[in-house]
Amino acid sequence: MMTINNLVNENILPKLETTHNQHKDQKGILEVQDLSAWYGNALAIKHVSLTIKSRAITSIIGPSGCGKSTFIRCLNRMHEVSHGGHVEGCVLLDDKDIYARDVDPVVLRRRIGMVFQKPAPFPTMSIFDNVGAGLKLTRFFSKRWEIEEIVEKSLRRAALWDEVKDKLNQSGASLSGGQQQRLCIARAIAVEPEIILLDEPCSALDPASTLKIEDLMRNLAEQYTIVIVTHNMQQAARVSDMAVFFMMAPDKAGELVEYGSTSQIFTNPREKRTEDYITGRFG
Amino acid sequence: MEIRTSFHKKLREIQDDILVMGSMVSKAIVRAIEALQNRDLKLAQQIINDDQEINQKRFEIEEKCVQLIATQQPMASDLRTIISVLNIITELERIGDYAEGNARVAIMIGNEPSLKPLIDIPHMAEKTIDMLNRSLDAFIKRDAESAKAIIGEDDLIDNLYDQVFRELLFFMSEDPKTITRATRLIWVAHNLERSADRVTNICERVIFIINGKMEEIGASKY
Repeated sequence: MMTINNLVNENILPKLETTHNQHKDQKGILEVQDLSAWYGNALAIKHVSLTIKSRAITSIIGPSGCGKSTFIRCLNRMHEVSHGGHVEGCVLLDDKDIYARDVDPVVLRRRIGMVFQKPAPFPTMSIFDNVGAGLKLTRFFSKRWEIEEIVEKSLRRAALWDEVKDKLNQSGASLSGGQQQRLCIARAIAVEPEIILLDEPCSALDPASTLKIEDLMRNLAEQYTIVIVTHNMQQAARVSDMAVFFMMAPDKAGELVEYGSTSQIFTNPREKRTEDYITGRFG
Repeated sequence: MEIRTSFHKKLREIQDDILVMGSMVSKAIVRAIEALQNRDLKLAQQIINDDQEINQKRFEIEEKCVQLIATQQPMASDLRTIISVLNIITELERIGDYAEGNARVAIMIGNEPSLKPLIDIPHMAEKTIDMLNRSLDAFIKRDAESAKAIIGEDDLIDNLYDQVFRELLFFMSEDPKTITRATRLIWVAHNLERSADRVTNICERVIFIINGKMEEIGASKY
């Protein structure tokens, strides 16, 4: 046990544990360059440039309608699935533009997975099949034992294994909301993505399930890069390493106002608009 | 549109409380010197009793800050304000203790004949109170420039302390019978010197609220 006498006598300073606010890895994994996105003729976000750091949690915050969800949907080309959705600018993953002609969006989404606001397990599938669904589609794993192994590993990583190991054949819909959301996270990580996008993953959950998911996110950040959209600023402050603040410009398009470490954004933001938003001086 | 009106109202109330506590402390400093100058032992005792109220006020403000942190999750400048208030009330409470200490010295000196007319010590007290009041003004107005300027003025207090110290040392070396009385006056001057240092700490907190930087700006000579 550390005592003050030890420290004085040995003339050493205690080694401080690094907190999650100090980024482990400064390297960027995704480079967003001058990205703008539209729904038909309506500009939703404009000229966004930023670097998403590898193996860190980046939270996207901002008032409703500022383009947070649109922004993360652009990161795995889900935006173009929406009616009239199109983008300009580029998003580089390992220096390659994900919007290049030769990039298959389906393959890309295996590398950049997504979890949505409402837990959406496949209702007719069992818990096991829900997690294994993506694997079967990839056709890389055809043997049952291989799939079983990955399903178990994914459920363990999603902190759900102990709760469902005895009922893997039951429907995914039989689980509670929090469990369903962790099931969706397990499904997303089963295909071994590099990046996981989470769009308001806790907004439909009770406080205990929310804290569980937050804890899970911290653990997952050891291996994955996580980008989370959240309306809950305390959640962003608790879980993320980096924070991005979006706001609607006078032309109604969302723009990036400030990007920085979570501790800087929440204790000493540089921009007045960030300060006003996070202190509730406008909403 | 401001959406956290009730939270910000409570935060403003805390700032008003700081002003109330500051005025209690200012009064204690000035009255302790009055008690010493006028040999007013009743007043000195009153200051000692009133220090409890200052301590009480500090806990009351601390409690309000804890409540706001627990229930409102303050962020950015609001968070810096609350954290600074917690520091500022500790400084104010301590300055109150120095004033109480001076009242106790006044009682110790009692009705002994005075060593010399008090000039520099009341001057130190006056200057300290001026610095204290302006530091709280800077806190309310979020005025970093004034806060910085006040920190610079601490040198004046240090110089006055040097002067008092040298003078009393001279008395003691001339006539050892004055040692007790002179030492007590040195305690008073020392308490005032420490009070001014605490004011500079308050100013550092004011600057932190404004620019988010935690730094020691002017290290005191003592």
